[in-house]
Amino acid sequence: MAEEMRIVLRNYGKVDPLNIDSYTQVGGYQALAKAKSMSQTDLIEEVKKSGLRGRGGAGFNTGMKWSFSYGVKADQKYVICNADEGEPGTYKDRIIMENDPQSVLEGMAICGYAIGANKGYIYCRGEYPYVVEILNKAIAQASEKGLLGDFNIEVRMGAGAYVCGEESALIESIEGHRGEPRFKPPFPPVIGLWGKPTIVNNVETFANIPAIVDKGADWYKGIGAAGYPGTKVMTLTGDIVNRTVIEVPTNTTIRQVLDDFGGGITGGKKFKAVQIGGTSGGFIPESLLDTPIDFDSMSAIGATLGSGAFFVMDETRDIVDVIDRISKFFAHESCGKCTPCREGTQRMHEMLHRVKNGGAVAGDLDYMERLGSVMSKACLCGLGQAAPAPVLTTLKHFRNDYTAKFN
Amino acid sequence: MADYREIISAYKEVPGGIIEAYHAVQKEYSYIPEDAVVYAAQVFDIPEAKAYGVATFYSYLKVGPRGKNVIRICESAPCHIAGADKVVAALEKELGIKMGETTPDGKFTLEFAECVGQCQATPVITINSQPYGDVTADKIAAILTEYK
Ligand SMILES: Cc1cc2nc3c(=O)[nH]c(=O)nc-3n(C[C@H](O)[C@H](O)[C@H](O)COP(=O)(O)O)c2cc1C
Ligand code: SF4
Ligand code: FES
Repeated sequence: MAEEMRIVLRNYGKVDPLNIDSYTQVGGYQALAKAKSMSQTDLIEEVKKSGLRGRGGAGFNTGMKWSFSYGVKADQKYVICNADEGEPGTYKDRIIMENDPQSVLEGMAICGYAIGANKGYIYCRGEYPYVVEILNKAIAQASEKGLLGDFNIEVRMGAGAYVCGEESALIESIEGHRGEPRFKPPFPPVIGLWGKPTIVNNVETFANIPAIVDKGADWYKGIGAAGYPGTKVMTLTGDIVNRTVIEVPTNTTIRQVLDDFGGGITGGKKFKAVQIGGTSGGFIPESLLDTPIDFDSMSAIGATLGSGAFFVMDETRDIVDVIDRISKFFAHESCGKCTPCREGTQRMHEMLHRVKNGGAVAGDLDYMERLGSVMSKACLCGLGQAAPAPVLTTLKHFRNDYTAKFN
Repeated sequence: MADYREIISAYKEVPGGIIEAYHAVQKEYSYIPEDAVVYAAQVFDIPEAKAYGVATFYSYLKVGPRGKNVIRICESAPCHIAGADKVVAALEKELGIKMGETTPDGKFTLEFAECVGQCQATPVITINSQPYGDVTADKIAAILTEYK
């Protein structure tokens, strides 16, 4: 039986999110003090050595990212916490911020010290106005006590555009523009917000930082899968008995998550598929459930860990109907900046709609595969690149569900 | 109701503050009046087309009138399979309007939304951003009485 391990959620239910004293009483802000007693390069090296990779989806080594910004000379640098969380099925960052906002602020301040930034932004999704209030109170308390030093944090609200979770689109949005991704390179750690070096990290990534600084890189590295150490916060939705949030070491398997924590499928029905990583993730059939959830193991089966959302479907679910709905999401959320995505998401949605309504023929599935593979390579940002993943993985593992729709 | 000019002007010195200003206007009016977009363009010293472009890019912001209480129904996949369509039907019946419309008395507007981050309790609706989870058709009437 697999067990939970709480690092990110270490204070869940133990601290009062609106009372900073309860955070300092459990050792909060000691990590920031320890970090400041180290040199910037030693600190960055420690984070790098821990093996922590970003929890926002791309899985880039966090310490390595910080070293890029540290290495650039600039009069101003920024730290941004990505709390946009627009991936359907995902609400882990909300849980972290609602329950333990100070751990996120502390992680950001440590990053600020490491790279030499005195200004931070939290870009919180517009649908979470109550979280914005919690964050603002937490920031006020931390500054009043002088715990953040000269590091300032401001909360900005997103406004309902999934693409703004993409880091360069997020930066555009903070600058007051439409949230359209930038061409890369240059990458934000070198040229980011208002042209200055900017670290964008996920909420869960920042919440890991104080624990790593406290307990050291070796401790962290020893947890979970070697290539993607630590834990991952997962949210379980769909046809699963326990719709809940859990935190497990990254060598836990998909099956363990479903059975040991999810409690199996609702109504005693059989499992059909699980989509991991949110709406842009791949669909996984029964035969692959013994795969560990870590980033590389998931990539190896053509799936993604992404945000860590588990969306479970039982045997009665119509895969094509679900994919049709998902393709509508992407057609709606495409920002329109590049053609393969702007046009591709629309055409993909049209074709799926046709399949769903019984108006498609066998050749259409090949067209969909062709379009999907072009999009995954030619789109400017991760939105368009990942949009075909649910289609492509279901065409691979659940093709019969499509052909059953043909007249 | 505070004048949108006052609300917007308060953000003049905030770098990139136009989106924050729009949020503040919408919080007061439940939408962004067209004139407020024109005014924001002046305050932030950008072309009107750009001020309009920003306001319309984001689905949480709405230019032009809508009802006092905005009801959004999540139709993302987890809410979809949990029966969001039944919730839509119940809301349309209860309010006597279709999705995208506003009741004649101006009290309610019905809108679709993508995931609002409450997927532990699908299907989900929000009323003025307040989430309601595990919504079923027969819970609708009771939920709405709070706002009538
Ligand atoms: C369309 C799209 C949406 C994204 N949404 C989010 C998000 O909501 N939160 C997040 O942390 N990262 C999101 N990302 C990933 C970010 O671009 C970026 O990789 C991440 O914030 C980096 O932080 P990390 O290294 O800590 O993961 C998204 C990427 C894409 C392409
Ligand atoms: S891939 Fe889609 S969302 Fe990304 S830049 Fe192109 S059009 Fe915009
Ligand atoms: S999928 Fe509906 S609230 Fe997340």
